[in-house]
Amino acid sequence: MKSIKLKKTYSKSIVQLGILFCIGTAFVACSSDNDDLPEIINQEELITTVKIELVSENGGETVVLNYLDLDGNGPNTPEITGGTLNPNATYTGTVTLLNETVSPAENISEEVKEEGVDHQFFYSSTLNVTTTYLDMDKNGHPIGLAFKLNTNDIASGSFSIVLRHEPNKKAVGVQEGNMENAGGETDIFVTFPLSVN
Amino acid sequence: MRFISIGLCFLLGVFAYGQECSYTLSGTISDFHNNAPLIGATVILVGPEKAILTDLHGHFKIEGVCKGTYRLQISHPACLTKVIKVSLEGNTVKNIHLEHHVDQLERVVITGNSNQDAMQTAEETYLSDKMLAKNSAASLGQLLKNVTGVNSLNTGNHISKPVIQGLSGSRVLIMNHSTRLQGQEWGSEHAPEIDINSAGSISVIKGASALQYGGDAIGGVIKINPKRIPRKDSLYGHSVLVGATNGRGVGLTSSLTKSFASGWFISAQGTLKHFGDGEAPDYMLSNTGYREKAFSTHIGYDVYTEGLSLYYSFFQNEIGILSASHLGGIEDQLRALESSQPLIIHDFSYAIDAPRQEVNHHLGKLAYFKRFKNAGKWTVQYDFQRNHRMEFDRRRNSAENNVPAVDLLLKTHSFSTDFDFNSIEDASLKIGVSALYQDNFSNPQTGVKRLIPDYKKYDFGAYAIGSYEVNKDFTGELGVRYDYSKIDAYKYYQTTFWKERGYQNNFSSWVVKDFGNQLLVHPVMQFNAFSATAGLAYKISDIGLKFNYSLANRAPNPSELFSEGLHHSAARIELGDLRFTNEVAHKFTLSIQKEKGAFQFHLNPYVQFIDNFVVLDPVGIRQTIRGSYQVWAYRQTQAELMGLNLDLAYQLTKNIGLRHQFSLVKGKDKSKKIALAYIPPVRTQTKVHYDNPEWHNFSFSVESVHVFAQNEYPDLRFEVFVPTTQTTETVDLSTPPGAYHLWNLSTGIDVLNNAHTQMRVGLKVTNLFDKSYRDYMNRQRYYADNLGRNIQLRLVFNY
Repeated sequence: MKSIKLKKTYSKSIVQLGILFCIGTAFVACSSDNDDLPEIINQEELITTVKIELVSENGGETVVLNYLDLDGNGPNTPEITGGTLNPNATYTGTVTLLNETVSPAENISEEVKEEGVDHQFFYSSTLNVTTTYLDMDKNGHPIGLAFKLNTNDIASGSFSIVLRHEPNKKAVGVQEGNMENAGGETDIFVTFPLSVN
Repeated sequence: MRFISIGLCFLLGVFAYGQECSYTLSGTISDFHNNAPLIGATVILVGPEKAILTDLHGHFKIEGVCKGTYRLQISHPACLTKVIKVSLEGNTVKNIHLEHHVDQLERVVITGNSNQDAMQTAEETYLSDKMLAKNSAASLGQLLKNVTGVNSLNTGNHISKPVIQGLSGSRVLIMNHSTRLQGQEWGSEHAPEIDINSAGSISVIKGASALQYGGDAIGGVIKINPKRIPRKDSLYGHSVLVGATNGRGVGLTSSLTKSFASGWFISAQGTLKHFGDGEAPDYMLSNTGYREKAFSTHIGYDVYTEGLSLYYSFFQNEIGILSASHLGGIEDQLRALESSQPLIIHDFSYAIDAPRQEVNHHLGKLAYFKRFKNAGKWTVQYDFQRNHRMEFDRRRNSAENNVPAVDLLLKTHSFSTDFDFNSIEDASLKIGVSALYQDNFSNPQTGVKRLIPDYKKYDFGAYAIGSYEVNKDFTGELGVRYDYSKIDAYKYYQTTFWKERGYQNNFSSWVVKDFGNQLLVHPVMQFNAFSATAGLAYKISDIGLKFNYSLANRAPNPSELFSEGLHHSAARIELGDLRFTNEVAHKFTLSIQKEKGAFQFHLNPYVQFIDNFVVLDPVGIRQTIRGSYQVWAYRQTQAELMGLNLDLAYQLTKNIGLRHQFSLVKGKDKSKKIALAYIPPVRTQTKVHYDNPEWHNFSFSVESVHVFAQNEYPDLRFEVFVPTTQTTETVDLSTPPGAYHLWNLSTGIDVLNNAHTQMRVGLKVTNLFDKSYRDYMNRQRYYADNLGRNIQLRLVFNY
């Protein structure tokens, strides 16, 4: 009979629709059970502090240059502390990199030393100073966590330090401290006011 | 008692039915161009829902038809569907011609209502399966550049986002087998997760008139349509093997389909692509390799009156990002801009190292439809998507190069149901509702600040679109839609940024926990939108005229709302805004086209006014430990876009044809009175093609592409003081590169063509003269040239 056939077709559709609905709601019900708050991320590779300690070899005072930016890429401007060096003097420089958003502060320079082959520091200044590398990586190429600085005449200007990640240490001039052909990615680029007096 | 009255009514019905419903409608379906009979064409009498296939002579006969006026729908896999009106007073014979466009391999159908889903007044362009086979190794963005008015925003050679009439990203909606693609489409370097080989055809709807898919497609809709499966016993397959010189890559795609006369079908398809570094004319583009794995399957039954189908697809790719584009701050950018070559160039390699992207996307869809006599078609669908996107950067600790810096998992469930009333005389009405639930999880295991936060999204939409046929030549359409969207997010803000924005004044109730230097905030936002469309289509002999107005709303996306930090792959700090509201777009489109005869054209001017249009531009420089970085911020403005698309086709002789495409877009930021960034420059393409169906279907074409320099762009240059050199330098990231001209060549021939198997060989050369050029729409244009010459050899098998 026509009417019975019609009923069968409709009930078949209803059953199919019902199945679809159940599958749908089952998924939704399961997924919305996650009420946990997201975990906080304290950036692992964050460097907040670049400290350069310059110890005089001529009996002068130790000068500490410091760059501090606690909010990383945030809007607050970094705190930069410069210094004054003696003229015609020699200093031994040590670079310390820290992450001071955690307590105790994380020492990143140790990580850089471990991965020395992939890192190199470069120095430049507007003053008439010369720098020489004092350390070496596993392949005999310089890293720059330790360096020697020689000052000359009295002047006022700036001193910059750049850390390159995966530079080409064998390119022309790179081992001597010339950044031009080094390539790689810049992990640190900070400038300190420096004067010789 | 009840049964007796039902029985009587039934008998009465049968009696009445018997008197006026014994007529026969018959006829022949043939090809418009050569009168050849079309075998296996589906003829459907809409209303009584009777479907029949034409026989070996193209004949069809429908019996037991009642007196009245009906719509007759004729479709054939290789032709455009045709709908005609038929008045039945007695036995009627109707002979109908169908346009067999797809035979002309070089032709992209300029316009079409290929499937009755699109509104007739919408601007729809249809790409056939033959076009897809020709471009089998291409990505969706690259393929769609063949459509006039569609451009692409690229990040290197493998990441290509379609730009429809100046708009892209979240403003373009992609429908994959009736499922709205949910990936992180807000990202300008996030390519759509689509394998074009899973499609039977692809349609591009320019503009927002396709309301049934969403109210926020202010750019347009791209539809990946399924392969049409015949309702008969058959087993057939299709394979394409491509080899390309640029990238020394290989692509293979295969599909197999088994169909039954009972209406059941099962189909499976897969694609594999393996490419190494791309090459510019003068140097290698190091670390630009590509891998892709895709699989899809479609099972179900379709007996015209009813159908159930299950569709599942899997898409996975790994994309190498040009090593030289991954920079530190402005100082590094200056080095890159000043260098005429990329700063990192290695020898060719298939290896993909960091920086790289890895995406995998699962899509599952269950759909059911039923046609009700003299009413219409009801469809109901549930779909689920899982998108996992990871970006790998170079890490300080190289052992961590396999820990992603961005790890986003997006799960989406959606449910929709529609009813298409197609039995109303001279009119049609389609209504529907949809609901969506989405969950985004930003994995903290990356150790890197989340690019976008964890959130849950709830969407609901309802629409109604209708058309009315005033007479054979004049149709009017109207559509309305309502959308509700709620986003519930948990985000960690840097306290210093929260205060700088002044968010504590408006949103302090959202702060959940204070960690000192970070705040955990719980923003909950709701967006309501009302969209509409109105159109007219008028035909005067051979000329078709269309006019369409559309109103669309787009809620701000997670990147626009929540960005707050260094976006490493863009080498800049990006800042969003919690106070954003819906973009509201009004678009007016006019279309004039002539589709018959030796000379055909399609002229399509348009203008669009968008309120609260979101733009991203530089606002300053920020000093960080890595040096100075640009800071870009999102803002909302009033925008105006206008443009013109022109398609010309001229058939010189039976075998030789000419095709010309021209597109122009102008975009203005009305509030700041400057141009909008990344508006595609004027582009013209001219192609001469020779097709000989008599001689092994041989085809040959030469194409000339000219892209003009974009003279309208916002001047975003800025000065930066470089301490190492003690000089002030200008960083110029906005001046577009110059114009360029490319030549492309394509040829193909059948090597085997019998009843069971066809094999075709094709050769395609792009950038024939290995020209060095940079393209404004390539975000990596600062670092390297575009691809040099690429020779592709293609083998197509149909069995």
